[in-house]
Amino acid sequence: MEKVDCIIVGGGLAGLSAAYGLASEGLEVMVVERGDYSGAKNVTGGRLYLSPIRDIYPELWESAPFERPVTRELVTLMGDGASTTLELASDCFATAPYQSYTVLRARLDQWLADQVMEKGGMVITKNRVDEILVEGSKVIGIRAGADDIGADVTIIAEGVLGLLSSKVGLREEPLARDHALGYKEILELPSSVIQDRWHLNEGEGAAHLFMGEVTKGMMGGGFLYTNKDSISLGIVVGMSAMRERKEKIESHTLLDAFKELPQIRPLVEGGTLVEYSAHAIPEGGIAKVPKLFGDGYLMVGDAAGLALNALLTVRGMDFAIASGFYAARAVADAKSRGDCSAAGLAQYEQSLRSSFVLKDLETAKDIPHIMENPRLFTHYPQAVSGLLEKLYTIGPHPSQKLSSTVIGGVRKDFMNARTLKELYAMRKI
Amino acid sequence: MNIEAKLGLDVFKIDKERHITIDVEVCNRVCTDKACLYVCPAHLYEIDDQGNNTVNFEGCLECGTCLISCDHRALEWHYPRGEYGVQYRMG
Ligand SMILES: Cc1cc2nc3c(=O)[nH]c(=O)nc-3n(C[C@H](O)[C@H](O)[C@H](O)COP(=O)(O)OP(=O)(O)OC[C@H]3O[C@@H](n4cnc5c(N)ncnc54)[C@H](O)[C@@H]3O)c2cc1C
Ligand code: SF4
Ligand code: SF4
Repeated sequence: MEKVDCIIVGGGLAGLSAAYGLASEGLEVMVVERGDYSGAKNVTGGRLYLSPIRDIYPELWESAPFERPVTRELVTLMGDGASTTLELASDCFATAPYQSYTVLRARLDQWLADQVMEKGGMVITKNRVDEILVEGSKVIGIRAGADDIGADVTIIAEGVLGLLSSKVGLREEPLARDHALGYKEILELPSSVIQDRWHLNEGEGAAHLFMGEVTKGMMGGGFLYTNKDSISLGIVVGMSAMRERKEKIESHTLLDAFKELPQIRPLVEGGTLVEYSAHAIPEGGIAKVPKLFGDGYLMVGDAAGLALNALLTVRGMDFAIASGFYAARAVADAKSRGDCSAAGLAQYEQSLRSSFVLKDLETAKDIPHIMENPRLFTHYPQAVSGLLEKLYTIGPHPSQKLSSTVIGGVRKDFMNARTLKELYAMRKI
Repeated sequence: MNIEAKLGLDVFKIDKERHITIDVEVCNRVCTDKACLYVCPAHLYEIDDQGNNTVNFEGCLECGTCLISCDHRALEWHYPRGEYGVQYRMG
Protein backbone atom coordinates (compact mmCIF):
# COMPACT_ATOMS: atom_id res chain seq x y z
CA MET A 1 0.00 0.00 0.00
CA GLU A 2 1.29 3.42 -0.98
CA LYS A 3 1.83 5.54 2.11
CA VAL A 4 2.09 9.24 3.00
CA ASP A 5 2.48 11.11 6.30
CA CYS A 6 -1.04 12.44 6.31
CA ILE A 7 -4.18 11.94 4.24
CA ILE A 8 -7.00 14.42 4.39
CA VAL A 9 -10.51 13.34 3.46
CA GLY A 10 -12.17 16.36 1.88
CA GLY A 11 -10.69 19.57 0.49
CA GLY A 12 -13.02 22.15 2.06
CA LEU A 13 -11.77 24.89 4.36
CA ALA A 14 -11.09 22.55 7.29
CA GLY A 15 -9.16 20.01 5.23
CA LEU A 16 -7.23 22.61 3.28
CA SER A 17 -6.33 24.54 6.41
CA ALA A 18 -4.86 21.37 7.92
CA ALA A 19 -3.05 20.62 4.66
CA TYR A 20 -1.58 24.11 4.51
CA GLY A 21 -0.20 23.78 8.03
CA LEU A 22 1.29 20.37 7.36
CA ALA A 23 2.75 21.26 3.97
CA SER A 24 4.32 24.36 5.56
CA GLU A 25 6.03 22.04 8.04
CA GLY A 26 7.38 20.00 5.15
CA LEU A 27 5.23 16.94 5.77
CA GLU A 28 3.96 14.82 2.94
CA VAL A 29 0.26 15.53 2.80
CA MET A 30 -2.43 14.44 0.37
CA VAL A 31 -5.91 15.99 0.23
CA VAL A 32 -8.54 13.95 -1.61
CA GLU A 33 -11.49 16.02 -2.81
CA ARG A 34 -14.47 14.70 -4.76
CA GLY A 35 -15.37 17.97 -6.50
CA ASP A 36 -13.88 19.06 -9.83
CA TYR A 37 -12.03 21.64 -7.73
CA SER A 38 -12.04 22.58 -4.07
CA GLY A 39 -15.23 24.51 -3.37
CA ALA A 40 -17.18 22.87 -6.19
CA LYS A 41 -19.41 21.12 -3.64
CA ASN A 42 -19.38 23.69 -0.88
CA VAL A 43 -21.91 26.26 0.18
CA THR A 44 -21.89 28.92 2.84
CA GLY A 45 -24.01 31.98 3.67
CA GLY A 46 -21.91 33.69 4.11
CA ARG A 47 -19.39 35.62 5.87
CA LEU A 48 -16.14 34.52 7.35
CA TYR A 49 -15.37 35.94 10.77
CA LEU A 50 -11.71 36.73 10.37
CA SER A 51 -11.11 38.16 13.86
CA PRO A 52 -10.90 34.78 15.62
CA ILE A 53 -8.44 33.39 13.06
CA ARG A 54 -6.46 36.42 11.97
CA ASP A 55 -3.38 35.24 13.83
CA ILE A 56 -3.69 31.76 12.43
CA TYR A 57 -1.73 31.82 9.17
CA PRO A 58 -1.43 35.65 9.25
CA GLU A 59 0.45 35.60 5.94
CA LEU A 60 -2.58 34.19 4.11
CA TRP A 61 -5.31 36.72 4.65
CA GLU A 62 -3.71 39.70 2.88
CA SER A 63 -4.17 38.03 -0.50
CA ALA A 64 -7.34 36.01 0.18
CA PRO A 65 -10.13 36.44 -2.39
CA PHE A 66 -12.65 37.93 0.00
CA GLU A 67 -15.69 39.66 -1.44
CA ARG A 68 -16.36 42.63 0.87
CA PRO A 69 -15.62 43.49 4.49
CA VAL A 70 -18.91 43.75 6.39
CA THR A 71 -19.30 47.31 7.58
CA ARG A 72 -23.08 47.42 7.90
CA GLU A 73 -25.03 45.03 10.10
CA LEU A 74 -28.79 44.82 9.72
CA VAL A 75 -31.44 42.58 11.20
CA THR A 76 -35.13 42.52 10.41
CA LEU A 77 -37.76 41.02 12.68
CA MET A 78 -40.62 40.09 10.42
CA GLY A 79 -44.14 39.88 11.71
CA ASP A 80 -47.11 39.17 9.53
CA GLY A 81 -47.66 42.48 7.74
CA ALA A 82 -45.24 44.52 9.85
CA SER A 83 -41.51 44.26 10.34
CA THR A 84 -38.80 46.02 12.30
CA THR A 85 -35.28 46.57 11.00
CA LEU A 86 -32.41 47.39 13.27
CA GLU A 87 -29.11 48.65 12.02
CA LEU A 88 -25.98 48.59 14.05
CA ALA A 89 -23.67 51.37 12.93
CA SER A 90 -20.41 50.92 14.74
CA ASP A 91 -17.00 52.39 14.07
CA CYS A 92 -15.40 49.15 15.09
CA PHE A 93 -17.07 47.30 12.21
CA ALA A 94 -16.58 50.11 9.74
CA THR A 95 -12.82 50.43 10.04
CA ALA A 96 -9.90 48.11 9.35
CA PRO A 97 -8.94 45.59 10.57
CA TYR A 98 -12.41 44.34 9.66
CA GLN A 99 -14.01 41.67 11.77
CA SER A 100 -15.69 39.75 8.95
CA TYR A 101 -15.76 39.40 5.18
CA THR A 102 -18.34 38.05 2.77
CA VAL A 103 -17.04 35.11 0.72
CA LEU A 104 -17.95 32.74 -2.09
CA ARG A 105 -16.70 29.23 -1.51
CA ALA A 106 -15.80 28.18 -5.04
CA ARG A 107 -13.36 31.10 -5.10
CA LEU A 108 -12.08 30.91 -1.54
CA ASP A 109 -11.56 27.15 -1.37
CA GLN A 110 -9.86 26.99 -4.75
CA TRP A 111 -7.50 29.75 -3.74
CA LEU A 112 -6.65 27.97 -0.48
CA ALA A 113 -6.01 24.76 -2.44
CA ASP A 114 -3.55 26.74 -4.59
CA GLN A 115 -1.76 27.94 -1.46
CA VAL A 116 -1.50 24.34 -0.24
CA MET A 117 0.03 23.24 -3.53
CA GLU A 118 2.45 26.12 -3.48
CA LYS A 119 3.71 24.82 -0.14
CA GLY A 120 4.21 21.41 -1.71
CA GLY A 121 0.99 19.71 -0.56
CA MET A 122 -0.96 17.46 -2.92
CA VAL A 123 -4.60 18.23 -3.65
CA ILE A 124 -6.18 15.45 -5.67
CA THR A 125 -9.55 16.60 -7.01
CA LYS A 126 -12.28 14.67 -8.87
CA ASN A 127 -11.75 11.72 -6.56
CA ARG A 128 -14.19 10.43 -4.02
CA VAL A 129 -12.89 8.65 -0.96
CA ASP A 130 -14.98 5.49 -0.66
CA GLU A 131 -13.89 4.21 2.70
CA ILE A 132 -11.85 5.01 5.77
CA LEU A 133 -9.63 2.00 6.39
CA VAL A 134 -9.59 0.76 9.96
CA GLU A 135 -7.45 -1.98 11.48
CA GLY A 136 -8.48 -2.88 15.00
CA SER A 137 -9.05 0.50 16.64
CA LYS A 138 -6.63 2.29 14.35
CA VAL A 139 -7.37 4.29 11.23
CA ILE A 140 -4.71 3.34 8.71
CA GLY A 141 -5.70 5.22 5.56
CA ILE A 142 -8.34 5.38 2.87
CA ARG A 143 -9.77 3.59 -0.13
CA ALA A 144 -10.56 5.64 -3.22
CA GLY A 145 -11.73 3.63 -6.19
CA ALA A 146 -9.21 0.85 -6.74
CA ASP A 147 -6.52 2.55 -4.64
CA ASP A 148 -5.71 2.00 -1.02
CA ILE A 149 -3.49 4.70 0.43
CA GLY A 150 -2.00 4.44 3.89
CA ALA A 151 -1.11 7.30 6.23
CA ASP A 152 0.30 7.77 9.71
CA VAL A 153 -2.62 10.07 10.39
CA THR A 154 -5.90 10.49 8.51
CA ILE A 155 -7.64 13.82 8.99
CA ILE A 156 -11.38 13.55 8.47
CA ALA A 157 -12.65 16.76 6.90
CA GLU A 158 -15.57 15.31 4.94
CA GLY A 159 -18.12 17.88 6.08
CA VAL A 160 -21.46 17.83 7.83
CA LEU A 161 -22.94 14.53 6.66
CA GLY A 162 -20.02 12.48 7.96
CA LEU A 163 -20.96 9.58 5.72
CA LEU A 164 -17.62 7.79 5.84
CA SER A 165 -16.78 8.40 9.48
CA SER A 166 -20.21 7.33 10.74
CA LYS A 167 -19.94 4.16 8.68
CA VAL A 168 -16.87 3.10 10.63
CA GLY A 169 -18.28 4.30 13.96
CA LEU A 170 -16.12 7.39 14.46
CA ARG A 171 -19.25 9.52 14.88
CA GLU A 172 -23.04 9.24 14.82
CA GLU A 173 -25.10 9.45 11.68
CA PRO A 174 -26.61 12.93 11.31
CA LEU A 175 -30.02 13.43 12.94
CA ALA A 176 -32.66 15.88 11.75
CA ARG A 177 -32.93 17.69 15.06
CA ASP A 178 -29.24 18.60 15.02
CA HIS A 179 -29.23 19.96 11.48
CA ALA A 180 -30.61 22.76 9.39
CA LEU A 181 -31.01 23.04 5.66
CA GLY A 182 -29.43 26.13 4.11
CA TYR A 183 -30.08 27.15 0.53
CA LYS A 184 -29.54 30.29 -1.42
CA GLU A 185 -29.50 32.13 -4.70
CA ILE A 186 -26.66 34.17 -6.08
CA LEU A 187 -27.98 37.22 -7.87
CA GLU A 188 -25.59 39.30 -9.91
CA LEU A 189 -25.79 43.07 -9.55
CA PRO A 190 -23.26 45.70 -10.65
CA SER A 191 -21.04 46.74 -7.76
CA SER A 192 -22.15 50.38 -8.10
CA VAL A 193 -25.76 49.29 -7.64
CA ILE A 194 -24.81 47.28 -4.57
CA GLN A 195 -23.06 50.29 -3.07
CA ASP A 196 -25.99 52.60 -3.81
CA ARG A 197 -28.65 50.18 -2.63
CA TRP A 198 -26.95 49.38 0.66
CA HIS A 199 -25.41 52.83 1.25
CA LEU A 200 -21.86 51.53 1.18
CA ASN A 201 -18.56 53.12 0.39
CA GLU A 202 -16.73 51.49 -2.47
CA GLY A 203 -15.61 47.99 -1.56
CA GLU A 204 -17.59 47.81 1.68
CA GLY A 205 -20.30 45.29 2.36
CA ALA A 206 -23.50 44.62 4.26
CA ALA A 207 -24.90 41.64 6.11
CA HIS A 208 -28.63 41.49 6.66
CA LEU A 209 -30.45 38.80 8.62
CA PHE A 210 -34.19 38.17 8.78
CA MET A 211 -36.25 36.39 11.43
CA GLY A 212 -39.89 35.48 11.71
CA GLU A 213 -42.29 35.39 8.81
CA VAL A 214 -39.48 34.50 6.41
CA THR A 215 -39.49 30.90 7.67
CA LYS A 216 -43.23 30.96 8.42
CA GLY A 217 -42.41 30.66 12.08
CA MET A 218 -40.09 27.66 11.68
CA MET A 219 -36.72 27.72 13.40
CA GLY A 220 -34.31 29.53 11.13
CA GLY A 221 -34.13 32.76 9.22
CA GLY A 222 -33.19 34.53 6.04
CA PHE A 223 -29.88 36.09 5.08
CA LEU A 224 -28.56 38.53 2.55
CA TYR A 225 -24.86 39.19 2.05
CA THR A 226 -23.35 41.55 -0.47
CA ASN A 227 -20.48 40.17 -2.54
CA LYS A 228 -18.31 42.13 -4.98
CA ASP A 229 -20.79 42.03 -7.83
CA SER A 230 -23.52 39.78 -6.57
CA ILE A 231 -25.63 39.14 -3.51
CA SER A 232 -26.20 35.86 -1.66
CA LEU A 233 -29.83 35.58 -0.63
CA GLY A 234 -30.97 32.53 1.23
CA ILE A 235 -32.73 30.73 4.00
CA VAL A 236 -31.71 28.48 6.86
CA VAL A 237 -34.46 26.28 8.30
CA GLY A 238 -34.31 23.56 10.91
CA MET A 239 -34.84 20.09 9.48
CA SER A 240 -37.00 19.09 12.45
CA ALA A 241 -38.93 22.34 12.22
CA MET A 242 -39.96 21.50 8.66
CA ARG A 243 -41.21 18.15 9.83
CA GLU A 244 -43.05 19.48 12.86
CA ARG A 245 -44.96 22.25 11.13
CA LYS A 246 -48.62 21.29 10.80
CA GLU A 247 -49.08 22.57 7.30
CA LYS A 248 -46.06 21.39 5.39
CA ILE A 249 -44.27 23.80 3.14
CA GLU A 250 -42.14 22.78 0.18
CA SER A 251 -38.80 24.22 1.20
CA HIS A 252 -37.97 25.76 -2.16
CA THR A 253 -41.13 27.89 -2.12
CA LEU A 254 -39.99 29.67 1.07
CA LEU A 255 -37.18 31.35 -0.81
CA ASP A 256 -39.49 32.46 -3.61
CA ALA A 257 -41.89 33.90 -1.06
CA PHE A 258 -38.99 35.64 0.70
CA LYS A 259 -37.97 37.33 -2.54
CA GLU A 260 -41.52 38.50 -3.10
CA LEU A 261 -41.80 40.27 0.26
CA PRO A 262 -42.24 44.02 -0.16
CA GLN A 263 -39.10 44.68 1.91
CA ILE A 264 -36.98 42.37 -0.23
CA ARG A 265 -38.26 42.96 -3.73
CA PRO A 266 -36.59 46.35 -4.21
CA LEU A 267 -33.31 44.92 -2.91
CA VAL A 268 -33.15 42.13 -5.48
CA GLU A 269 -34.68 44.16 -8.32
CA GLY A 270 -32.72 43.75 -11.55
CA GLY A 271 -30.50 41.02 -10.11
CA THR A 272 -29.62 38.17 -12.47
CA LEU A 273 -29.96 34.77 -10.87
CA VAL A 274 -26.81 32.78 -11.67
CA GLU A 275 -26.72 29.93 -9.18
CA TYR A 276 -28.94 28.01 -6.78
CA SER A 277 -27.29 25.91 -4.09
CA ALA A 278 -28.08 23.96 -0.92
CA HIS A 279 -26.21 22.35 1.94
CA ALA A 280 -26.81 20.95 5.42
CA ILE A 281 -25.58 22.82 8.52
CA PRO A 282 -24.64 21.22 11.84
CA GLU A 283 -26.56 22.85 14.70
CA GLY A 284 -26.32 20.31 17.49
CA GLY A 285 -23.79 22.40 19.40
CA ILE A 286 -21.13 21.07 21.70
CA ALA A 287 -23.31 18.19 22.90
CA LYS A 288 -23.04 16.67 19.44
CA VAL A 289 -19.31 17.04 18.92
CA PRO A 290 -17.96 13.49 18.53
CA LYS A 291 -14.69 12.17 19.86
CA LEU A 292 -12.20 14.42 18.11
CA PHE A 293 -9.24 12.07 17.82
CA GLY A 294 -8.17 8.48 18.14
CA ASP A 295 -5.47 6.12 16.94
CA GLY A 296 -4.32 7.45 13.60
CA TYR A 297 -7.07 10.01 13.03
CA LEU A 298 -8.44 13.48 13.81
CA MET A 299 -11.80 15.05 12.98
CA VAL A 300 -12.05 18.69 11.87
CA GLY A 301 -14.65 21.25 10.77
CA ASP A 302 -18.27 20.35 10.08
CA ALA A 303 -17.41 16.64 10.13
CA ALA A 304 -16.83 17.13 13.85
CA GLY A 305 -19.91 19.34 14.30
CA LEU A 306 -17.74 22.40 14.95
CA ALA A 307 -20.25 25.06 13.97
CA LEU A 308 -22.37 27.53 15.85
CA ASN A 309 -25.68 29.14 15.00
CA ALA A 310 -26.43 31.85 17.55
CA LEU A 311 -29.27 33.49 15.64
CA LEU A 312 -27.44 36.68 14.72
CA THR A 313 -24.11 35.06 14.10
CA VAL A 314 -23.64 31.91 12.07
CA ARG A 315 -20.17 30.46 12.27
CA GLY A 316 -18.55 27.40 10.83
CA MET A 317 -15.83 28.57 8.48
CA ASP A 318 -13.67 30.12 11.20
CA PHE A 319 -14.09 26.94 13.25
CA ALA A 320 -13.16 24.85 10.21
CA ILE A 321 -9.99 26.84 9.55
CA ALA A 322 -8.96 26.92 13.22
CA SER A 323 -9.59 23.21 13.77
CA GLY A 324 -7.55 22.46 10.65
CA PHE A 325 -4.73 24.58 11.98
CA TYR A 326 -4.67 22.84 15.38
CA ALA A 327 -4.96 19.45 13.70
CA ALA A 328 -1.89 20.21 11.59
CA ARG A 329 0.07 21.24 14.67
CA ALA A 330 -0.93 18.07 16.52
CA VAL A 331 -0.01 15.84 13.59
CA ALA A 332 3.35 17.54 13.03
CA ASP A 333 4.09 17.13 16.72
CA ALA A 334 2.97 13.51 16.84
CA LYS A 335 5.07 12.72 13.76
CA SER A 336 8.15 14.33 15.26
CA ARG A 337 7.74 12.19 18.37
CA GLY A 338 6.94 9.12 16.31
CA ASP A 339 3.67 8.54 18.16
CA CYS A 340 0.50 8.80 16.08
CA SER A 341 -1.63 6.87 18.52
CA ALA A 342 -4.56 8.50 20.32
CA ALA A 343 -2.21 9.47 23.13
CA GLY A 344 0.20 11.05 20.67
CA LEU A 345 -2.60 13.09 19.08
CA ALA A 346 -4.41 14.11 22.29
CA GLN A 347 -2.88 17.56 22.14
CA TYR A 348 -5.38 18.35 19.36
CA GLU A 349 -8.36 18.35 21.69
CA GLN A 350 -6.46 20.25 24.36
CA SER A 351 -5.59 23.02 21.95
CA LEU A 352 -9.20 23.23 20.75
CA ARG A 353 -10.29 23.48 24.37
CA SER A 354 -7.97 26.37 25.09
CA SER A 355 -8.85 28.13 21.81
CA PHE A 356 -12.10 29.88 20.86
CA VAL A 357 -13.31 26.76 19.07
CA LEU A 358 -14.49 24.69 22.02
CA LYS A 359 -14.70 27.68 24.36
CA ASP A 360 -17.27 29.43 22.18
CA LEU A 361 -19.18 26.20 21.62
CA GLU A 362 -19.20 25.65 25.38
CA THR A 363 -20.45 29.20 26.03
CA ALA A 364 -23.23 28.61 23.52
CA LYS A 365 -24.24 25.22 24.85
CA ASP A 366 -27.82 26.24 25.65
CA ILE A 367 -28.52 27.87 22.32
CA PRO A 368 -29.68 24.78 20.40
CA HIS A 369 -32.26 24.17 23.12
CA ILE A 370 -33.42 27.81 23.25
CA MET A 371 -33.78 27.89 19.48
CA GLU A 372 -36.12 24.93 19.59
CA ASN A 373 -38.76 27.33 20.94
CA PRO A 374 -40.88 28.23 17.91
CA ARG A 375 -42.13 31.43 19.60
CA LEU A 376 -38.73 32.92 18.94
CA PHE A 377 -39.66 32.85 15.28
CA THR A 378 -43.35 33.71 15.61
CA HIS A 379 -44.31 35.62 18.75
CA TYR A 380 -41.28 37.89 19.19
CA PRO A 381 -40.85 39.27 15.67
CA GLN A 382 -44.60 39.87 15.58
CA ALA A 383 -44.74 41.46 19.05
CA VAL A 384 -41.89 43.90 18.44
CA SER A 385 -43.22 44.94 15.05
CA GLY A 386 -46.79 45.10 16.30
CA LEU A 387 -45.84 47.45 19.13
CA LEU A 388 -43.87 49.75 16.88
CA GLU A 389 -46.67 49.72 14.35
CA LYS A 390 -49.00 51.01 17.07
CA LEU A 391 -46.57 53.73 18.08
CA TYR A 392 -46.29 54.99 14.52
CA THR A 393 -49.97 54.81 13.71
CA ILE A 394 -52.09 57.94 13.53
CA GLY A 395 -55.62 56.67 13.01
CA PRO A 396 -59.04 58.28 12.70
CA HIS A 397 -59.65 57.87 16.43
CA PRO A 398 -58.09 59.89 19.22
CA SER A 399 -54.66 58.46 20.06
CA GLN A 400 -53.77 56.82 23.33
CA LYS A 401 -51.02 58.37 25.35
CA LEU A 402 -47.65 57.16 24.13
CA SER A 403 -46.84 55.71 27.52
CA SER A 404 -50.03 53.69 27.72
CA THR A 405 -49.48 52.33 24.21
CA VAL A 406 -46.02 51.19 25.17
CA ILE A 407 -47.03 49.89 28.56
CA GLY A 408 -50.07 48.17 27.14
CA GLY A 409 -48.07 46.57 24.35
CA VAL A 410 -45.23 45.54 26.59
CA ARG A 411 -47.60 44.17 29.20
CA LYS A 412 -49.56 42.18 26.67
CA ASP A 413 -46.66 40.79 24.69
CA PHE A 414 -43.73 40.71 27.07
CA MET A 415 -44.89 40.90 30.70
CA ASN A 416 -46.46 37.51 30.97
CA ALA A 417 -45.11 34.53 32.81
CA ARG A 418 -44.31 32.58 29.69
CA THR A 419 -42.42 35.33 27.93
CA LEU A 420 -40.53 36.34 31.04
CA LYS A 421 -39.47 32.77 31.55
CA GLU A 422 -38.27 32.59 27.97
CA LEU A 423 -36.44 35.89 28.16
CA TYR A 424 -34.83 34.70 31.36
CA ALA A 425 -33.66 31.54 29.60
CA MET A 426 -32.20 33.70 26.83
CA ARG A 427 -29.72 35.32 29.18
CA LYS A 428 -27.69 32.19 28.49
CA ILE A 429 -27.13 33.22 24.86
CA MET B 1 -38.44 31.55 -11.85
CA ASN B 2 -39.58 27.99 -11.13
CA ILE B 3 -37.36 25.44 -9.48
CA GLU B 4 -36.58 23.51 -12.67
CA ALA B 5 -35.35 26.71 -14.31
CA LYS B 6 -33.25 27.54 -11.26
CA LEU B 7 -31.59 24.13 -11.39
CA GLY B 8 -31.00 24.76 -15.09
CA LEU B 9 -28.56 27.52 -14.08
CA ASP B 10 -26.34 25.13 -12.12
CA VAL B 11 -23.57 23.05 -13.60
CA PHE B 12 -24.28 19.33 -13.30
CA LYS B 13 -22.12 16.51 -14.57
CA ILE B 14 -24.55 13.68 -14.72
CA ASP B 15 -23.46 10.14 -13.99
CA LYS B 16 -25.28 7.21 -15.50
CA GLU B 17 -24.95 5.54 -12.11
CA ARG B 18 -27.59 6.86 -9.69
CA HIS B 19 -26.42 7.99 -6.26
CA ILE B 20 -29.85 7.86 -4.59
CA THR B 21 -31.93 4.72 -4.56
CA ILE B 22 -35.35 4.51 -2.93
CA ASP B 23 -36.71 1.38 -1.33
CA VAL B 24 -40.20 2.10 -2.64
CA GLU B 25 -41.67 -0.78 -0.75
CA VAL B 26 -40.78 0.97 2.53
CA CYS B 27 -42.28 4.28 1.35
CA ASN B 28 -45.51 2.54 0.45
CA ARG B 29 -45.74 0.33 3.49
CA VAL B 30 -44.72 2.52 6.45
CA CYS B 31 -44.29 6.17 5.55
CA THR B 32 -47.19 8.54 6.08
CA ASP B 33 -45.37 11.87 6.30
CA LYS B 34 -43.30 11.50 3.11
CA ALA B 35 -40.88 14.19 4.23
CA CYS B 36 -38.67 13.86 1.16
CA LEU B 37 -41.46 15.37 -0.95
CA TYR B 38 -41.33 18.73 0.85
CA VAL B 39 -37.89 19.03 2.46
CA CYS B 40 -35.86 18.70 -0.75
CA PRO B 41 -34.80 22.22 -1.78
CA ALA B 42 -34.56 21.08 -5.38
CA HIS B 43 -38.02 19.49 -5.32
CA LEU B 44 -36.76 16.26 -6.85
CA TYR B 45 -39.05 13.72 -5.22
CA GLU B 46 -42.35 12.90 -6.84
CA ILE B 47 -44.99 10.19 -6.61
CA ASP B 48 -45.40 8.67 -10.07
CA ASP B 49 -48.57 7.47 -11.82
CA GLN B 50 -48.29 4.07 -10.17
CA GLY B 51 -48.19 5.75 -6.76
CA ASN B 52 -44.49 5.05 -6.26
CA ASN B 53 -41.93 7.48 -4.92
CA THR B 54 -39.30 8.57 -7.44
CA VAL B 55 -36.32 10.91 -7.31
CA ASN B 56 -34.85 12.84 -10.17
CA PHE B 57 -31.27 12.38 -8.93
CA GLU B 58 -29.74 14.29 -11.84
CA GLY B 59 -30.71 17.63 -10.28
CA CYS B 60 -29.45 16.78 -6.81
CA LEU B 61 -27.68 19.56 -4.90
CA GLU B 62 -26.10 16.95 -2.60
CA CYS B 63 -27.32 18.60 0.59
CA GLY B 64 -28.32 15.31 2.23
CA THR B 65 -31.57 16.71 3.64
CA CYS B 66 -33.67 13.85 2.27
CA LEU B 67 -31.31 11.30 3.77
CA ILE B 68 -31.35 12.96 7.19
CA SER B 69 -35.13 13.48 7.10
CA CYS B 70 -36.20 9.97 6.10
CA ASP B 71 -37.16 8.23 9.34
CA HIS B 72 -37.54 4.88 7.69
CA ARG B 73 -34.13 4.43 6.15
CA ALA B 74 -35.68 3.98 2.76
CA LEU B 75 -32.86 5.80 0.99
CA GLU B 76 -29.56 4.43 -0.13
CA TRP B 77 -27.69 7.70 -0.54
CA HIS B 78 -24.04 8.37 -1.23
CA TYR B 79 -22.15 11.16 -2.92
CA PRO B 80 -21.82 10.85 -6.69
CA ARG B 81 -18.50 9.46 -7.89
CA GLY B 82 -15.66 11.93 -8.27
CA GLU B 83 -16.11 14.06 -11.42
CA TYR B 84 -19.91 13.84 -11.23
CA GLY B 85 -22.77 15.72 -9.70
CA VAL B 86 -23.25 19.42 -9.09
CA GLN B 87 -20.23 21.70 -9.49
CA TYR B 88 -20.84 25.10 -7.94
CA ARG B 89 -19.13 28.03 -9.62
CA MET B 90 -19.88 30.43 -6.77
CA GLY B 91 -20.86 28.43 -3.66
C1 LIG C 1 -26.45 28.21 3.83
C2 LIG C 1 -25.28 28.22 4.79
C3 LIG C 1 -24.92 29.39 5.41
C4 LIG C 1 -23.79 29.43 6.24
N1 LIG C 1 -23.37 30.62 6.71
C5 LIG C 1 -22.17 30.70 7.34
C6 LIG C 1 -21.60 31.95 7.62
O1 LIG C 1 -22.12 33.00 7.28
N2 LIG C 1 -20.40 31.97 8.28
C7 LIG C 1 -19.75 30.82 8.63
O2 LIG C 1 -18.64 30.90 9.19
N3 LIG C 1 -20.27 29.61 8.36
C8 LIG C 1 -21.46 29.53 7.71
N4 LIG C 1 -21.97 28.30 7.37
C9 LIG C 1 -21.27 27.09 7.80
C10 LIG C 1 -20.00 26.85 6.98
O3 LIG C 1 -20.27 26.96 5.62
C11 LIG C 1 -19.42 25.46 7.28
O4 LIG C 1 -19.27 25.33 8.67
C12 LIG C 1 -18.09 25.23 6.59
O5 LIG C 1 -18.29 25.18 5.21
C13 LIG C 1 -17.44 23.94 7.05
O6 LIG C 1 -16.27 23.69 6.32
P1 LIG C 1 -15.68 22.21 6.21
O7 LIG C 1 -14.41 22.34 5.48
O8 LIG C 1 -15.67 21.58 7.55
O9 LIG C 1 -16.77 21.41 5.38
P2 LIG C 1 -17.12 21.51 3.82
O10 LIG C 1 -16.97 22.88 3.34
O11 LIG C 1 -18.44 20.86 3.66
O12 LIG C 1 -15.99 20.62 3.14
C14 LIG C 1 -16.04 19.22 3.08
C15 LIG C 1 -15.30 18.80 1.85
O13 LIG C 1 -15.14 17.40 1.81
C16 LIG C 1 -15.42 16.93 0.52
N5 LIG C 1 -15.83 15.53 0.65
C17 LIG C 1 -16.86 15.05 1.38
N6 LIG C 1 -16.92 13.70 1.29
C18 LIG C 1 -15.88 13.34 0.49
C19 LIG C 1 -15.42 12.09 0.01
N7 LIG C 1 -16.03 10.95 0.33
N8 LIG C 1 -14.35 12.07 -0.80
C20 LIG C 1 -13.72 13.23 -1.15
N9 LIG C 1 -14.12 14.44 -0.73
C21 LIG C 1 -15.20 14.49 0.08
C22 LIG C 1 -16.49 17.86 0.01
O14 LIG C 1 -16.57 17.85 -1.40
C23 LIG C 1 -16.01 19.19 0.57
O15 LIG C 1 -15.12 19.85 -0.27
C24 LIG C 1 -23.09 28.23 6.53
C25 LIG C 1 -23.49 27.03 5.93
C26 LIG C 1 -24.55 27.03 5.04
C27 LIG C 1 -24.91 25.74 4.36
S1 SF4 D 1 -39.44 10.01 3.69
FE1 SF4 D 1 -38.33 8.09 3.29
S2 SF4 D 1 -39.83 6.48 3.55
FE2 SF4 D 1 -40.96 8.40 3.38
S3 SF4 D 1 -41.49 8.55 1.21
FE3 SF4 D 1 -39.56 9.65 1.50
S4 SF4 D 1 -37.96 8.15 1.09
FE4 SF4 D 1 -39.88 7.00 1.40
S1 SF4 E 1 -29.65 15.55 -1.33
FE1 SF4 E 1 -30.78 17.48 -1.16
S2 SF4 E 1 -31.08 18.12 -3.28
FE2 SF4 E 1 -30.46 15.99 -3.36
S3 SF4 E 1 -32.38 14.87 -3.44
FE3 SF4 E 1 -31.80 14.98 -1.28
S4 SF4 E 1 -32.80 16.78 -0.48
FE4 SF4 E 1 -32.88 16.92 -2.71
